[in-house]
Amino acid sequence: MISATLLATFQKLLGKENVMDSEADRHAYSYDAAVLDAVVPELVLRPTNSEQLGRTVALCNENKLPMTVRGAGTNLSGGTIPTKEHGVVILTNGLNKILEINEQDLYAVVEPGVVTAKFAAEVAKRGLFYPPDPGSQAVSTLGGNVAENAGGLRGLKYGVTKDYVMGVNFWNAEGEYVKSGGKTVKCVTGLNIAQLMVGSEGTLGVYDQIILKLVPPPVASKAMLAEFDDINKASETVAAIIANKIVPCTLELLDNATIKYVDDFTKAGLPRDAAAILLIEVDGGHVALVEDDAVKVLDICKKNGARHVQTAKDAAEKNKLWEARRNALPALARARPTTVLEDATVPRSQIPAMIKAINDIGSKYRLQIGTFGHAGDGNLHPTILTDRRDKEEFTRVEHAIDEIFDIALQLGGTLSGEHGIGIAKAKWLEKETSKATIIFSRRLKKAVDPEYLLNPGKIIGG
Amino acid sequence: MSADVHQLAQMLHELDDQMVSCMKCGLCQAVCPVFAETMSEGDVARGKIALLENLAKEMIQDPQGVQKKLNMCLLCGSCAANCPSGVKVLDIFLKARVIVNTYMGLPAAKKAIFQGLLTKPALFNSVLDVASKFQGVFTKTANEVIGSSCSRIQAPVIGERHFMPLAKKPLRKLEAPRNSRPGKSGYRIAFFPGCLIDKVYPQIGQAVLKIMEHHEVGVYMPAGQACCGIPALASGDKNSFDKLVACNVDVFEKENFDYLLTACATCTATMHEIWPLMSGNLPQSMQDRIAALATKVMDVNQFLVDVLKVEAPVAGTGTKVTYHDPCHLKKSMKVSEQPRLLLKTNPRVEFVEMADADRCCGCGGSFNLEHYTLSKEIGTRKRNDIVASEAQVVATGCPACMLQISDMLSQHHDKVAVKHVVELYAETL
Ligand SMILES: Cc1cc2nc3c(=O)[nH]c(=O)nc-3n(C[C@H](O)[C@H](O)[C@H](O)COP(=O)(O)OP(=O)(O)OC[C@H]3O[C@@H](n4cnc5c(N)ncnc54)[C@H](O)[C@@H]3O)c2cc1C
Ligand code: SF4
Ligand code: SF4
Repeated sequence: MISATLLATFQKLLGKENVMDSEADRHAYSYDAAVLDAVVPELVLRPTNSEQLGRTVALCNENKLPMTVRGAGTNLSGGTIPTKEHGVVILTNGLNKILEINEQDLYAVVEPGVVTAKFAAEVAKRGLFYPPDPGSQAVSTLGGNVAENAGGLRGLKYGVTKDYVMGVNFWNAEGEYVKSGGKTVKCVTGLNIAQLMVGSEGTLGVYDQIILKLVPPPVASKAMLAEFDDINKASETVAAIIANKIVPCTLELLDNATIKYVDDFTKAGLPRDAAAILLIEVDGGHVALVEDDAVKVLDICKKNGARHVQTAKDAAEKNKLWEARRNALPALARARPTTVLEDATVPRSQIPAMIKAINDIGSKYRLQIGTFGHAGDGNLHPTILTDRRDKEEFTRVEHAIDEIFDIALQLGGTLSGEHGIGIAKAKWLEKETSKATIIFSRRLKKAVDPEYLLNPGKIIGG
Repeated sequence: MSADVHQLAQMLHELDDQMVSCMKCGLCQAVCPVFAETMSEGDVARGKIALLENLAKEMIQDPQGVQKKLNMCLLCGSCAANCPSGVKVLDIFLKARVIVNTYMGLPAAKKAIFQGLLTKPALFNSVLDVASKFQGVFTKTANEVIGSSCSRIQAPVIGERHFMPLAKKPLRKLEAPRNSRPGKSGYRIAFFPGCLIDKVYPQIGQAVLKIMEHHEVGVYMPAGQACCGIPALASGDKNSFDKLVACNVDVFEKENFDYLLTACATCTATMHEIWPLMSGNLPQSMQDRIAALATKVMDVNQFLVDVLKVEAPVAGTGTKVTYHDPCHLKKSMKVSEQPRLLLKTNPRVEFVEMADADRCCGCGGSFNLEHYTLSKEIGTRKRNDIVASEAQVVATGCPACMLQISDMLSQHHDKVAVKHVVELYAETL
């Protein structure tokens, strides 16, 4: 139990309204977007400035309370599910200021609770570009993005969150301030701690300020939708585009099952018999160049056996081409009560093998699976449609997930392209890496967080 | 766990099938107007659903805490309209309010109003008629352009609100019940003014009648109409709701017509969607009668544009008018283009779009009464967007939104008039 004195100390520090201990409030912070069992925290705290955040961490440390930092709670791996005993949830949505957008030096300094899309919009207003665009960007926080190393549709060409992190200042387990990285393009002062913090899921420190790189935006773009009656042809098309030294900003794939689900939902008249469709968008700093690339891509699609290619002439048509991709998750999510969204990732040449394996696993376990994803970087989202209340079916789902991971690893891929490990995938980590990797990570964790108070149990278990 | 809470949990299982489709993605955080102010997960759809689930699983001991969160909601439907999983959030919340509030009991004041007054239309009307005569004694005019009042003396409910006065004469007294045959349009409608148009904004009702006359549409406007029932239902009082629905079904069933029109977005959505939704426990014959009437319910803007094919000839110049999308019109009824088109029929109107036109105004019926500070914070954002558009008039399709927007503009001393779309359309005839 958290003592009345400690509660009063928190209330004095943060204000009464920012210390939540009622049953209803605590239950509202017991889950995230992962399909896992909820754990109810003992206390929920909302610091509203940097100093309060530091003091909150220090107080939790002094009182041996395990802390789980929570942004928007949209992660898909249980990263914000608190610890069973005396778990404290620390909210970052009171720390949501953009501190600086520097147009000369192309960087921004933000607090961790800034919402990704709001930040991207502010940056765009100044004629600059922050590319990482996870599907959850309308609500996800930059702190959550950094802690999960979030990707998005633009990953292939523009990279993922880690490619934009220049510096992270954070509170360590004891509540002392650690600075890493900086505002300069070149910076080799000390260990590269900033990158260590990326993807750390709240296990190594609590971010206070993040320095992000900005880039000039593309001035033109062109979108195309290509249909294939053989998934291998789609994959060969992807390989050929890249072999021709064109890097599209989007290269999205929908498999046959997903096409059917989307068509059932939108009644948009999609090609239900197509094995796959590719949504391709090229962009760049020059209209003529983009037009050139688009013509080349069109040609490559046809040469590699696309049975039909549509090119958007204007923004309205582009919007229409995107319709199918935009509706992939909504269509799949509506089909059955529970949606298990996975993100096994393979080298892009292995996509046909991976999709075939996923479909075989689906038949073996009698499950409905639709697969869509980022064909350019091999990051697939096999989405299992089920009902978690049906125990027997859900056991089959769990077996299927095990096998999907096994196949991804056999094909030279990885457990998670962007959703993180959290508690959902911690048990598979050793299979992808090695025993020594886990031991090394645990030693690192122990060195910086000897009491195991920073989001314990996530990524490396323990 | 007490036996009682166990019983409550059992009742909530009815909602299981709908709640399970929430995948806890959290995307509703982007659009919930209450969450935008409080940033508290228990206030957003995902949080409320999780709380109801845990209450149903008997993991929560204190239903009152959940009830509080459940009532902290505008029932605006922004979450449902944006939900990738298609969760029927409003269905869940309304049914949950009935279950939880029935279990917890209605507060005495609400009981007196719903059961003693609202369900007895004749009595309700006469009480308010008396009130309208005396209101000048207690209130003074606050804003001439808007026509709002504020309290001369400290009245407990009015507080700092700038409210619209009750009309001197309600629509009922201004316009006799009627039952006319269709003219050359060939259509015949029934008209349901609803409480706010009858008692506060009779001029909107008069505009509708004028428009129908112009287009030669036959009108059935019977006496003895009752409230659509949403205030009672939103407070969880299903009994009063059922009585009000039955009263209206009796009155409107007497005649034949093509559409049942309202000029109140909230009434339209309630009668079209919520009447059938909440009729499941009634005898089949009553369910059928409700369904038959509900399918005929249509918003007046939609009728004019989609059925009568009113068109906007040219872009107008003159008064700058902007439009606020009532949640119950755009998000529930998917009506948003039609009112804009109607505004453009007025040659003296220059239509300007405001930012976030479909953001909730923060009224939410009794939400405004119970959480005024929050309602005002949400409403102030709307007010700021209206003012930024530089419009001289803000038009909308729901008298409840008009009340809230008038209050917000008036408190800021803005000289922006608040009108219903049909008032501006009627001007052109
Ligand atoms: C519909 C949907 C679509 C999605 N699409 C994508 C996608 O395209 N690409 C992708 O990569 N992910 C995607 N995700 C997953 C998720 O949105 C991302 O992982 C996102 O980065 C999480 O952000 P958040 O603010 O919700 O973080 P949370 O879920 O709140 O937290 C995530 C992790 O970050 C830690 N954390 C948060 N703030 C801090 C801080 N200040 N200091 C230290 N640790 C912190 C938490 O402890 C937790 O471990 C999607 C999720 C959903 C529901
Ligand atoms: S958007 Fe819909 S599915 Fe997602 S959390 Fe909200 S209600 Fe649930
Ligand atoms: S109905 Fe409106 S106020 Fe209520 S939870 Fe949904 S978005 Fe929020």
